[in-house]
Amino acid sequence: GGSGTAMDPPSGAGLGGADPQLQRFIEVETQKQRFQQLVHQMTELCWEKCMDKPGPKLDSRAETCFVNCVERFIDTSQFILNRLEQTQKSKSAFSESLSD
Amino acid sequence: MEGGFGSDFASGGGGGGKLDPGLIMEQVKVQIAVANAQELLQRMTDKCFRKCIGKPGGSLDNSEQKCIAMCMDRYMDSWNTVSRAYNSRLQRERANM
Repeated sequence: GGSGTAMDPPSGAGLGGADPQLQRFIEVETQKQRFQQLVHQMTELCWEKCMDKPGPKLDSRAETCFVNCVERFIDTSQFILNRLEQTQKSKSAFSESLSD
Repeated sequence: MEGGFGSDFASGGGGGGKLDPGLIMEQVKVQIAVANAQELLQRMTDKCFRKCIGKPGGSLDNSEQKCIAMCMDRYMDSWNTVSRAYNSRLQRERANM
């Protein structure tokens, strides 16, 4: 099963009414916007971690840092959702056995 | 010379008062692009102000201006790097599904 991370496609259901072209358009644009928003967010976060003093070009060490940063951010997002899912499962099993 | 002016007007874009979905979609795309550009500028300004301006003086001196200019370019480079990296990750995830 998928964990609802920055990977999932949006449904866009209910929007665009009966027009399938408009509905499709909304789905695509929503997806694009989610991507854009995450790029904005990750650039901001990773800038803090990877950029010292802005120089005449982005050196390879900084570039590697940015790439790693993106990967680790997504890993973090997935980790959190997976662990939350697990904690919820074990919690509900626990509270069932406690029925008062 | 007149002639045909009125009819050209009436026949364009779907006629009558009907909304053209193609036109709406194009306008929405433009608005989205504008919003993204604004977002980028806002974050870039924030980051470059932090990096380049120490104790604010009476004006931006030459070194500050040079720093801001370089910072803008580096921010764009970073944005592009992040965009590529994220895209690659998404492709990889989809390939693994």
